[in-house]
Parts: sequence; C-alpha cells; structure tokens
Amino acid sequence: MNAARFLLVITVLSLFTGLSACSSIEPWVKPYERQNLADPITFFGRDPVADNYMHHVHQARESARGAEGSAGGGCGCN
Amino acid sequence: MVLKEVLGAVVVVTKKAMKAFSLFAVLSVQWFSPFVSAAVLPEDRADVLYHRFDGGDVVIDGPSILIRKSIKDTVSISANYYVDNITSASIDVVTTASAYTEQRVENSMSVEYLRDKTILSVSYGQSEENDYSARTASFNFSQDFFGDLTTISAGYSQGWDVVGKRGEEDFAEDVARKQFRFGLSQVITKNSLVGISWETVTDAGYLNNPYRSVRYLDATTATGYSYQSELYPETRTSDAFAIRAMYYLPYRAAIKADARIFGDTWGIRAKNMELSYTHPYGDHWIFDVKIRRYQQTKADFYSDLFSRIDAQNFLARDKEMSTFSNDSFGLGVSYEHELNDWGPFDRVSLNLVVDYIQFDFEDFRDLRVQTTTPGLEPLYNFDATVTRAFFSIWY
Repeated sequence: MNAARFLLVITVLSLFTGLSACSSIEPWVKPYERQNLADPITFFGRDPVADNYMHHVHQARESARGAEGSAGGGCGCN
Repeated sequence: MVLKEVLGAVVVVTKKAMKAFSLFAVLSVQWFSPFVSAAVLPEDRADVLYHRFDGGDVVIDGPSILIRKSIKDTVSISANYYVDNITSASIDVVTTASAYTEQRVENSMSVEYLRDKTILSVSYGQSEENDYSARTASFNFSQDFFGDLTTISAGYSQGWDVVGKRGEEDFAEDVARKQFRFGLSQVITKNSLVGISWETVTDAGYLNNPYRSVRYLDATTATGYSYQSELYPETRTSDAFAIRAMYYLPYRAAIKADARIFGDTWGIRAKNMELSYTHPYGDHWIFDVKIRRYQQTKADFYSDLFSRIDAQNFLARDKEMSTFSNDSFGLGVSYEHELNDWGPFDRVSLNLVVDYIQFDFEDFRDLRVQTTTPGLEPLYNFDATVTRAFFSIWY
C-alpha cells in the first residue's frame, strides 16, 4: 500500500537523518537505567506460545496480514 | 446432495488456505520482532498450551507445545508442535454444505545465532491436513546499535503450499508465498519505547477454490438465487504498516498501544488498534486486560448477491473478504512461582487468558433466514470466545 510505504520511508529516513545529523548525541538511557524496560511485564508478546496462537485466530478471520506484533521483548540490558 | 458435499469440501479447503497462511505468517513473525533485542537470546523455557476458539458454530481446539533451549549462550533452538481439531457447522457450511470435523497438525523449528550485537535466525515449518499442505522457510536478521537503544530487524520468508481436493486424488495445485519485513525499535526513555514495522506479502498461484460458491439472482429458482463457483485472481500483494508503543507507569505496571494499517491489490483496506494494561499484584500474580478493534473494507470483487451469473471476471462471497468489523475484550491472569532447589528449573507459571470477540458484517447476509426477496436477509453477526490455558517452566 502506497500510504504505508510512504509512512515507513519517511519515518525511517527521519530517524536516520536525526541520528546522523546529531552524531554527538550519546545514548541517553544508560544501561543501569533500564531495569524497568527489562521487566517482563513490558514485553510485547510476553508468552510466545499464546501470542502466536492469537495471530492464528486473527489471520484466519481477517483479511489483514503482516506487521503483527510478535513474541519477544526486552531492552538488551542483561 | 452432490452440490452440498462438493461445497462442503470447498469450505474446508478454503479454510485450510487461510490457516496455511497463518502458519506462514506466524512462522515469519515468530522469530522476528522490532521489539526483540538483538543482543540477547530468548530465555530457555517450555510451554504447554491448550487453545480453544468457540464462535459462529465453530469449535477449534488443541494443544501447542513450544520448547526453547540455548547452547553456550550463542545459539538458541526452539521447536513447536501445534494441533487444530476443527468441528464446524458455521454459516458457510450450513447454508451450502454439511458440517465437518478434521485435524490440522503443524510442526516448526528455528535456530538463532548470536554474535556480538547481531542475531541471525532461520526457521522452517510445515502444516499438514488431509487435503492441504504448507511449508515455510524464513530468514531473519536483527542488529542493536546506538548503545543498544535502537534495534533494526529485517526478514524474508518463502512458502510453498499444495492445495488438494477431497474425492479427487489427482487434484494438486500450487501456491507460492513471499514475504519481506522490516522493523525498527527505539528506546525513548527509561520507561518507554516505540517500534515500527512494515511487511509486504505476495501470493501467486491457486488462491481461490473452484468449488467455493457465490450467489446470484436467479428468478427460476424458489429462493430467487442460485450459486456458481468463486473465482479469485491468481496473485495478491499486500502491505501492512504498524506502530507500537509501551510505557512503564510510575508504579509497577505497563500500558501498550498498537496500531496497524493494511492494504492489498484486491482492494481490501483494513486498520486495527489495541490497547492493553498489565498489572502485577504481589510477588506471584500478573493481570492483563486489553481491548482491540478491527475494521476492513471488502475486496473489489466481493458481493453478497451478484446481479446475474458470470457478473464479472472475479467473484467472491467469503465473509472474511466482506466489509466488517470486530471488537475484542480480553482478560488474563498469571501465577508465577520461583523454584528453589529444583535442579535446573528456575520458575513456573500457570496462565489463563480469555478474549471475547464480537463480529459485525455490513454486507454479508444470513442465508439461514428465508425471505421473499433475495438480498433482504438480516446481516450476519456472531461472537466468539477464545481461550488460552497454559503452563510454562523456565530453566
């Protein structure tokens, strides 16, 4: 869909442009500040076995497909 | 009676096609997420789930077992066994065919390899029924950078389906599926993150079933209408774009929002939004509540009642391709318990999640109600209850 592609391209370009144009920007959330993001309650798809099943339920009864949320989460702050 | 039996087989096969795509799509996203950190492999855990869908005079239930184990902190392997036991007397079946029962079995496996801040993964799965088989292979890549605040993911999947037909052993038609996806997630603050994802899917081959029927006006019959076979285009390409966000509240709880827009070359446009809230209670309990709304427009070649036989090149009357919406409300509860002195096992959880979904169709009519004039039957609607009960153990 053109609108979706356009939105995606604009968003990605904006992010990259922003990051590259401000190369002096440092990561603003330090590893020791990420305990909340590491809490499993923040994860999208906390339980993959159940979330994969709900994808089945939706995909079998709706025409839309793709870009579903999926199992996983976390902030890489082990 | 012959027509009924044939149409019954058709309904079955078409449902299978949709489920085959489900395998394709789920396998594709199972190892891909804009929210998965590239620098950490998923936890080692095993889940045993019982699932049940009950709605629209259809009951589908069965087990799903998912096991994941890592090797030396650089490789993670997972395997999934999934079964659908289907008992259907849906409106599609009772208006044109006979109720049926059947089983679908799905197996899949994935291997993920972690190196520094990169994860590469490959997965393969297959789904088998008595007259439909599907195979899917996927490759995914994700990379952390910018102090691990940003993760980029991309992936490609390919699927190969073979459509069979009951009563015709020699019938075998192919469907090829290709899928490309891209995702980006960004930690915004120590309490929030946002992600975007885009996915395009292309199908080519035998996308319709020659026995599935549409209805058209026919003054020579008692009902005022007759049936003819559906006919779909042989290609379909779709794009979906989603944005998701999570916010950790000032107390230990989280809210998540999810929005998606969708469009395809068949003229279907769709959008959905979901809002959820997760609230732990004490040391052992976690409660979840969610609401979701989905809306779509019909395919260009869909009609509940065509004006005549062979009214146009392509014909469809699947309710899933009509204009409709659904609203969901879900509740979940989990009980977690740490395991001490249980050898390699760390903790267990017991979980129950139930969703209630109401479907409302705007141009699909309930043909179980007889009217003197075709096309004036009441619009169809139904509700469904979706249950997931599962046990998880971490090690």
